[in-house]
Amino acid sequence: MFGSIDPLLLLASLMVAATPILLAAIGELVVERSGVLNLGVEGMMITGSIVGFIAAITTGSPWLGFIAAALSGAAISLLFGILTQYLMSNQVATGLALTLFGLGLAALLGQGYLGVKAPAFPDWHIPLLGDIPVIGPIIFQHDPMVYVGLAIVAGVWWFLKKTRAGLVLRAVGENHEAAHALGYHVVRTRLLAIMFGGACAGLGGAYLSIVRVPTYADSLTAGAGWIALAIVVFASWKPGRLLLGAYLFGGVTVLQLNLQAAGVQFPVILLALSLIAVGVAGLISLWRKDRLKSLGSAVSVALVAGGTICIPLLSGKMAPLKVEYLSMSPYIATILVLVIMSASGAPGSLGKIFHASR
Amino acid sequence: MIALEKRPQPSQFWTFAAPIVAVILTMIFGAALFGLLGKPPIEALGKIFWEPLFGEFNFFYLPQLLIKGAPLVAIALGLSLGFKAGIWNIGAEGQYIIGALCGAGVALALYPMEARWLIFPAMLFAGAFGGFAWAMIPGVLRVKFGTNEILVSLMLVYVAEQLLASMALGLMKNPEGFGFPGSRNLSQYSSASSWIDQSNGMHWGVVIALIGVIFAYILFAKHILGFQIKLAGQAPRAAAFSGVSPARLILFCLGTSGALAGLAGLTEVAGPAGLVSIDFNVGYGFTAIIVAFLGRLHPVGILFAGALMALTYIGGDVAQSSLGLPKAAIQVFQGMLLFFLLGVDVLTNYRVRIKQGVVA
Repeated sequence: MFGSIDPLLLLASLMVAATPILLAAIGELVVERSGVLNLGVEGMMITGSIVGFIAAITTGSPWLGFIAAALSGAAISLLFGILTQYLMSNQVATGLALTLFGLGLAALLGQGYLGVKAPAFPDWHIPLLGDIPVIGPIIFQHDPMVYVGLAIVAGVWWFLKKTRAGLVLRAVGENHEAAHALGYHVVRTRLLAIMFGGACAGLGGAYLSIVRVPTYADSLTAGAGWIALAIVVFASWKPGRLLLGAYLFGGVTVLQLNLQAAGVQFPVILLALSLIAVGVAGLISLWRKDRLKSLGSAVSVALVAGGTICIPLLSGKMAPLKVEYLSMSPYIATILVLVIMSASGAPGSLGKIFHASR
Repeated sequence: MIALEKRPQPSQFWTFAAPIVAVILTMIFGAALFGLLGKPPIEALGKIFWEPLFGEFNFFYLPQLLIKGAPLVAIALGLSLGFKAGIWNIGAEGQYIIGALCGAGVALALYPMEARWLIFPAMLFAGAFGGFAWAMIPGVLRVKFGTNEILVSLMLVYVAEQLLASMALGLMKNPEGFGFPGSRNLSQYSSASSWIDQSNGMHWGVVIALIGVIFAYILFAKHILGFQIKLAGQAPRAAAFSGVSPARLILFCLGTSGALAGLAGLTEVAGPAGLVSIDFNVGYGFTAIIVAFLGRLHPVGILFAGALMALTYIGGDVAQSSLGLPKAAIQVFQGMLLFFLLGVDVLTNYRVRIKQGVVA
């Protein structure tokens, strides 16, 4: 049944599929650790994807494209920053506005670029490491941005854990009143965090349009920004777990694309999907203190989700599973993960408005 | 040095003035945007805001105002309930699609039976129930597991879009449609059509939106539930102490907004859109978020905001055909409007004070 799917290739494409979400999510993680909830990730990503794409096409250099994407993401996030930090607007509403605005802006900018092909961005064949059998092609033969993404995650972990500035950022996020009283610049810290988040989201978007697809299309991101937000929750705001979450989603995406291509028959695939869901749920619940309870809820949710997918399918007898139902799986997986990981470890001041009265 | 001072109470004046200032600012910056795109700015604004209302062909555009405004108002009314209480349903687009699918499913199952007294009410019920049920997913998950309703409701939009695609190409495909995607035409099936007077743009969605405005107004002006919603948004702790059940409130707000979005979807698919097709939904569920805020989460305000937003859709089409203004420019315009509104709103809650030489 799975004969047409090469597991090696599957694992190799997993890292590539995960990179856009990973980049966007690590940026948002820093933003949220500083106490700001920016729901505009999708808008910043799509802006980065088109600006980066245009820059890459006009200069012929994908690297310049990535730089332009990061700058544009930071610039558009500054709109959000000014509104929420200086004009004290509601963060949820402003984030939504940023998404709606970004989607419109990208559609406007992208008019002349639909269907154009991006300049080539060759893979890096890392000497020695890339020659290791099995592991080499899976881990060490990707394009450089995959490793840039990993480096950013490592950098963020180091910054938050080991530096003084990272400590200040966390303090601002946990309790902005106290941080303010200690003399830290709450607004400045948050603006910098928001811009970093914007730059990362821009990079993630550009990775989609320059490397992954590699062309520009309207609604190219298709919810990747929102999935990135979910992964931050999944990761309990910790960089290490974020990496795992992003690769998990990369895995789901790659698997469903491969299944689409292979045209696997319905009962098999349903079995496979629910098995994966339960397996993932079980893995996650191992981390949690109340293991039994969360395992139980995970299994029940997986069963319900499997059931809801079943009902429309059963009426279609045993026909091959339709592409549409497979395409749903990343979103359903996101919901499942959100259910299992109830938000624990959120920064104390997340989403609250800071106004220094004195 | 300019400083902001929190007002003890939101300013009455700015509550009304902020949307107007925001619209004016958006027009100015929108005109600049149109200029950048190489279109005559003033003429473009005229095409968007004047032509559909008072132009030569307004007999054609005015009915469109009802058609485009009704779903926006209906959805925004539902959203405003939750937004007031701090419950963020941003997946109205999904509830709109599922409502349309459920209602259309009833009609298609009974085709070609002629019994309007039975079929149309059943469709309305199915549409409302479909939207309600789809909104209950984030609702129940939030109440039972503390799951973030923003992300879940949004993820379900993508799921609903895929479901719509599979229905339009599969189960609901017109068997006499020569292989083209899309269902039978419901607006031409007299027992299922939501039209009341097609030439004037009157359909049941308009009626539902207007009834919704009246009910929402009464809810907030007279009913204890409306008070509880406001209380939960402004002072959650006070609400909890006064015995407001957060779970009940979440389910009520999400359920009502889902049902309204579902009804909007159903009346759209059985009237203006006509049939279930892959792309019958045009993003009203997202634009309604702007409508809700622009209308200050107030039923009457939403009515006006919905009309204005419908006007930008229609005027955008006019400007597209006469000036070649890209469709996406209107999307940017609408996004800008929400940005300006949120920015200007600082004046509602804060007072600007000029301070002298104080060390911060």
